[in-house]
Amino acid sequence: MMAGKTLFDKIWESHLVHEEEGKPSLLYIDLHLVHEVTSPQAFEGLRITGREIRRPDLTFATMDHNVPTTDRSGPISDPISAKQIEALRQNCKDFEITLFGIRINSHSQGIVHVIGPELGLTKPGMTIVCGDSHTSTHGAFGALAFGIGTSEVEHVLATQCLRQNRPKVFEIRVEGERQYGVTAKDIILGIIGHIGTAGATGTVVEYRGEAIEALSMEERMTVCNMSIEGGARAGMIAPDQKTFEYVKDRRYAPKDGNYEKALEHWQTLRTDPDAVFDKSVTLDARKIAPQVSWGTNPGMVTDITSKVPDPGECEDSSKRKSMEQALEYMDLKANTPITDIHVDRVFIGSCTNSRMEDLLEVAKLVKGRKVADGVNAMVVPGSQLVKKKAEEMELHKIFTEAGFEWRESGCSMCLGMNPDILAPGERCASTSNRNFEGRQGKGGRTHLVSPIMAAAAAITGHFVDVRGWEMEKGV
Amino acid sequence: MEKLQKVSGKVAALDRMNVDTDQIIPKQFLKRIERTGFGEFLFFDWKYNDDGTLNEDFELNQTRYADACILLTQENFGSGSSREHAPWAIREAGFRVILAPSFADIFYNNCFKNSILPIVLSKDRTDELFRLVLENEGYSLEVDLVEKSVTGEGISFSFEIDDFKRKVLLEGLDDISQTLELENSIEKYEKLFMNEREWVLPDERKNL
Repeated sequence: MMAGKTLFDKIWESHLVHEEEGKPSLLYIDLHLVHEVTSPQAFEGLRITGREIRRPDLTFATMDHNVPTTDRSGPISDPISAKQIEALRQNCKDFEITLFGIRINSHSQGIVHVIGPELGLTKPGMTIVCGDSHTSTHGAFGALAFGIGTSEVEHVLATQCLRQNRPKVFEIRVEGERQYGVTAKDIILGIIGHIGTAGATGTVVEYRGEAIEALSMEERMTVCNMSIEGGARAGMIAPDQKTFEYVKDRRYAPKDGNYEKALEHWQTLRTDPDAVFDKSVTLDARKIAPQVSWGTNPGMVTDITSKVPDPGECEDSSKRKSMEQALEYMDLKANTPITDIHVDRVFIGSCTNSRMEDLLEVAKLVKGRKVADGVNAMVVPGSQLVKKKAEEMELHKIFTEAGFEWRESGCSMCLGMNPDILAPGERCASTSNRNFEGRQGKGGRTHLVSPIMAAAAAITGHFVDVRGWEMEKGV
Repeated sequence: MEKLQKVSGKVAALDRMNVDTDQIIPKQFLKRIERTGFGEFLFFDWKYNDDGTLNEDFELNQTRYADACILLTQENFGSGSSREHAPWAIREAGFRVILAPSFADIFYNNCFKNSILPIVLSKDRTDELFRLVLENEGYSLEVDLVEKSVTGEGISFSFEIDDFKRKVLLEGLDDISQTLELENSIEKYEKLFMNEREWVLPDERKNL
């Protein structure tokens, strides 16, 4: 008898265009998302070779990495950023690609991984690529979504296909019910802390189990978003009623009879009970506390109730060295309680945590409270649609009254390609996905946390266990 | 793409784990719209002090590694962002081969688009090579992709690599031309899939 198939197997097999012994498979790509930083050289390649875009109708672009999050009515002050943004606009015009820019269709502009789902471009069962490692976000819909390099961007533009070796499939189960104050971000940081930053290399992860099924769509996006921080090519969650409801009626969702047809297919996108995974690990959600990263990669993370680890207790010499380097960069001493770490800046945003639910939870926590003296805190919505909705709900007033800055949408301080950066030595509680050296600005020190943990750190000026905090119910 | 068959030359040792692409090429240099001009910014934040002077503590700034074309490093090299600017910078700075116990997936794939050979070593082999490079100034290796071998003073071993990836480097193949040869298969797939999964097409009839 043939073994059952995983969700991954089903999507992979239904997208095979060509297979040949000894060669990678040729996979069809249903949706190609493009942004300004990793695409100009790909378009240039097409021009040089005289190639065209095979499916401009399956290609969508936005500008997010470079865009200012302050007033955008004037020209962009950084001439090199301006040039890159102009290049995307021109490329989209020349090659007839739909663009959600800061001047064009600007009401739908936003972080590429926020707007894909928001506009209904992201749907279950699809193959989705983008020249961006956080493309794994879209796996929350039961899609196979992964980041690619610029040469591959060019390849997809020209052929709508990609050559790929079949990855292994890694099951990560999270069982049990999470505690109050523990978020999707803590679940994924807990997972990465457990498997390590290369623990899922060469695999596509399927997240399963009670705690995963209980997540909302936006929470699932947070989990899948950080799959790459565990080394995975992609992360995915089987679609269910929540997924179908989320997609329905969105701008690019299937309409009329097509939705029913789609639904019929989407309901088959589940791992068969007798399917076999290449690798498997199980975590208990009840044991996951709010997480705070202490080092310079997302695997260097611990519980809020814990202390900065002591490299002296690490037996592996390369790991010890890497811990020592991380603590030196972070200017932290071993055995310091996490709650003793003070912050200068707080960043709430990024493709990990900048959606409506993130902002709502933060608003509930900060309503009636004030950002601590000396702390600079900002909220950067993931998209213009998120911004608009938050403003309709008057969340921006809660943020600004509490002392947060309220910005325009973009990647912002997650990677600091625009003017939103940390000064050398500044320490930041950040809801983003990478705490690499210099990620948020040269010499800047990043601690990855959930939105409510970041908000609580803004209020107290240091990390604090949010499980002891009351949330305002009237928001 | 330029072919890669044999590479001989000095080895530079970067004894750090999890070197991410933000370190390889920091974000402030990603704004160029060309494929070139990244080499001088390789490991920029490690290479230079805040005042712009050369950081003498950074391993790769040692004169002994000047003109190295092989980079020896540790686990999970190239993790993080998918930026192909990372292999562009590495290549432009003169490196054609990277030796490490493991690589991050996207970076590994990007190497093969840029005529760079990433070789996966066992942990023991890595330790042995680090010892040889650190103890012998000017230590060189010969990497032969045809024979899948690495040879140097006091060491000789063969390595594994996917046959197709090897061919791509040996012959300097252009991926896109190869795929375009399968045009008929792509068209056939599209016809089939348009019928079966029409819902994939972005449908904007409502809510405009």
